[in-house]
This record gives sequence, C-alpha cells and structure tokens, in this order.
Amino acid sequence: MINLVINGLNVSVEDGSTVLEAARFLGFSIPTLCHVDGLSPYGACRLCVVEIGEGPRAKLVSSCTYPAEEGLKVRTASARVIRARKMILELLLASCPQSKTIQDLAAAHDVRQQRFKQEYEDCILCGLCVRMCEEQMMAKAIGFRGRGEKRSIGTPFDIKSDVCRLCGACMYICPACQLRCTYNEPEKAICGACANLAPPCVEKDQFDDMMCYMDPCVACEIQKDK
Amino acid sequence: MNQAATTESEKDILEILAKHGDDQGGLIAILEEIQARHGYLPEDALRTVADETGRSLVDIYGVATFYHSFSLEPRGKHLVSVCVGTACHVRGAPMIAEEFERQLGVGAGETTPDREFTLQTVNCLGACALGPIVVVDGHYFSNVKPSKVAGIIARTREGLDEIEVETDERVFPLEVNCPHCNHSLMDPARPIDGLPSIRLTISFDNQHCGFNRSCLYGSFHIKSQIDIPTDTVLYFFCPHCYAELVSASNCTECGAPMVPMVLRAGGMMQVCSRRGCKSHRLDLEGVHV
Ligand code: FES
Ligand code: FES
Repeated sequence: MINLVINGLNVSVEDGSTVLEAARFLGFSIPTLCHVDGLSPYGACRLCVVEIGEGPRAKLVSSCTYPAEEGLKVRTASARVIRARKMILELLLASCPQSKTIQDLAAAHDVRQQRFKQEYEDCILCGLCVRMCEEQMMAKAIGFRGRGEKRSIGTPFDIKSDVCRLCGACMYICPACQLRCTYNEPEKAICGACANLAPPCVEKDQFDDMMCYMDPCVACEIQKDK
Repeated sequence: MNQAATTESEKDILEILAKHGDDQGGLIAILEEIQARHGYLPEDALRTVADETGRSLVDIYGVATFYHSFSLEPRGKHLVSVCVGTACHVRGAPMIAEEFERQLGVGAGETTPDREFTLQTVNCLGACALGPIVVVDGHYFSNVKPSKVAGIIARTREGLDEIEVETDERVFPLEVNCPHCNHSLMDPARPIDGLPSIRLTISFDNQHCGFNRSCLYGSFHIKSQIDIPTDTVLYFFCPHCYAELVSASNCTECGAPMVPMVLRAGGMMQVCSRRGCKSHRLDLEGVHV
C-alpha cells in the first residue's frame, strides 16, 4: 500500500495506482478526456492536471499517468490547477469547438469563451480510438501517422485496412465525433459523415464476433427504411 | 506490375530481415536499409516487413511517416536538402529554399516530374557556422546565396562527382586520426592532390595492402598497391594499431559498412567501404568554428 495526501486528506492505495485513481477513490473529481477505464493511460489531453509537491518545487503533472508515490502531496483544485485547466479547455475549444464532450467540459468549468485563433479540426489526437482499436478490439487497424503539424490518425496508406472489422468502436469512443451517428435525426446531425459511411455490417459474415458499437446503426436504419 | 521484379524485391527484403534477426528493436535499422536499397519505402516492402516480423502495419507505417529521412514515395535521382534550421534561417535560408523551388518548379518535399531532383528542407545539419547550407547527394555547399542556386543545379546535372580539385570550393582538406589509437593517419610521404594523404591498410579477397586516399573532402583520388575492382567492399584497418575501422551504421546509398575516422578539429568523418561508392558523411558535432 502507498500512503499519500490528497487535498490534505490521507489515503492509502494499492501499489501501481495512479494519482487519478487515488483521488477518485477519495471522491475528488478530476475532469478527464483522454482517460477511459479499460484503456491504458496516455496523457494526451492534460485536462487531468494536478499540482504535486510543495512550495517552489510544486509542479503540474497529469494525474492519469502519474503513479501514486509514498508521501506525495497532491492538490487537485489549487488556483494554479484551475488556471491551467481552463487554459487547456480554451485550447481544446480553439481546435475542436464542435465536440459536445469538450463543450460540456468547458461549460462545467466556466469557460465560455476562448481567446485563440479558431480552428475546426476534427481530431484532437487524444488517441482514444487508437487504444480502443488495439487494446479492446485487438485489431490495430488505426494508429498515429506523421508528426508535428502533420500528425494524424488513420489506417496505413489511408486505404481500408485488412485488419479492420468495421466495428465502429473508434467512433463510439471518439470525443470529437461521438455525435455523428444522428442519421435518424438529420436535423440534429453535426457532420453527416455517417450518411456517407460504408455500413459496417456489410461484411459481417467474415467476422462472427463483430462487436458492433454503432448505436443507432446507419445500416440498420437503412434496412428499416426499405 | 512486373511479377519477377516483385519477387526480386521481396527476396531483397527477406534478406535484410534475416540479417536483423529477431531483434525487436531493429525496426528503424530495417527501414533504413530498405530505403538505402530502393531509395524509398515501397508499400509492399512495409507489408512484407509487417508479415515477417509480426509487427502490425500501423506501427511500421507510424515509424515510417514519423521520421523525415524516410520517404514513402520514389525520390528523384538527386536529393537536394536545404537547411532551414535556426542558424541558416537567419542567414537567409528561406530565400534559398524559395529559389530552389522556383528553379526546379516543385515545392519542398516534392520531386520534379522528370525524376531528376527531390527537394526537401531540413532542420539543421550541424554545420551552422557555414550556413546557409545546402546538401546535394551528400555534397555540402556552404554560404549559399540565391545567386548560386542555378550553379548548384547545373553542377548536379553534370555530375557532382567529377571534381576539379584545384578550383572547386567544395573540397577542403581534413586531418584525421584513428578512432581507436588516436594516432594520426596522415601520410606526408605519399601526397595525393598535392597534400598529405590518409594512410590506411585494406584487405579484401585474402589480399592485404597499403592504401592511400586524398585528404580533400570531396575528392576521391586514391592510391592502392593492388588494383581494387569497383564494387568490392573493403575492410579497412589502422596501420598503427591494426584495429579494424568499421562503424555501426551502414552506407545510406549502398548498405555497405561505413569507415569512421576522427577529425582532428573535432567530429567524425565516415566514408563508405565499397570501392566506387562515393557516400561519405561529415559529423561536425562539437566543432567550434
Ligand atoms: S485524462 Fe489525463 S491527460 Fe487526458
Ligand atoms: S541551422 Fe543549418 S546547419 Fe544548423
């Protein structure tokens, strides 16, 4: 067991826990975006920042990747943390304002405006879909490509991957395109991409265990219409 | 696609993979070697690597697209790299890059339609004091000005390897030591190009002999006691401590091992061990010019 202090409260957690898990155990809520139970921690969004250490040596770390250490002093909502978190939300809003998940997070943290150049990216490179594909769906069909400005997520050579089962898990988990499957309520559709999607079950026979995540499913809706 | 050619290149790749064995960490080395042989990373090659090594294609593709030195598209015959690193930038590198783009008619990262030139920009080649730097097929051009661009292109078309030693500004003399015993390798008794040469011993096909090469960077004049057929990969030894001079990395052009020598001014020079291959690398790290 590891003993640490979170917001002045002592807590002991199991070896190998992260600071985020320890804080959640005590009931302190820390907002997260790129962290999902069942997927390995990745530390991409930085939304889960907390302050560790004391005095001039205090620093901000991402709690989802920081391992709980003996005697660690953690503050989950100090002024510095709040400021950093708001800034991160502004940056996320600046790159991907159309995501419901990000909008909700921003609203919950009282961020109503962002001060950067507005962009309309589809992807915030949180890597959730990549980890989902690899760790839960055991497919490894998509991954990160390129670097820097050109970094993107997709299949090798941008063609349909041989190992993709079209299960839709990547879309299910994506915080930026979660709401795209609004095919049956077109007036609410955000991007309409679902309407152009190859229905996932077309090649279903090939895979007995499809684990389809599309809900509502475009293909099923089309089927119903007929 | 030509069937024979595919199997041929596949054999090639299997050979490279066999050399690297099961070493899980060797992906970059494998890709480098494929790129050295083919000039780029063909899609089929990446698929073969994935199948053979059990890595997933996404991972390999991720690595191949991450590093600037890998290219997924065939490159031109000549590779022009314009340094736009900080030091070169303040000395006017953007103008040089633009001039190349204008004269070649392609943007950075593109290849001319006739497959002659590939233009790329790079961030710092480690020779900042001589900037702006342009490297064409491993030949360094220093203090480049926009007015010199046309000349560089013309000279590349003519063939960069023909060098007039007396007049060419790209050649400069180097003094080198053995990386093992640090003994000087300079040989004033057997001058080449009018300067002391670099003395080494070589062996190939059970023959051993002394070997001198020009100390001018950019000149490939040599003297050898026995005739060396082109394309032979030679083994180089220090004439003083008899240690073999071989570096961990392979030639990016032909895949043969490189021969390291220590520059007296600091840094490393590496030349390809294949007779006739003109690949060489200058690593000026730590030089205070
Ligand atoms: S949740 Fe920790 S960095 Fe995204
Ligand atoms: S910036 Fe061009 S060589 Fe360093």
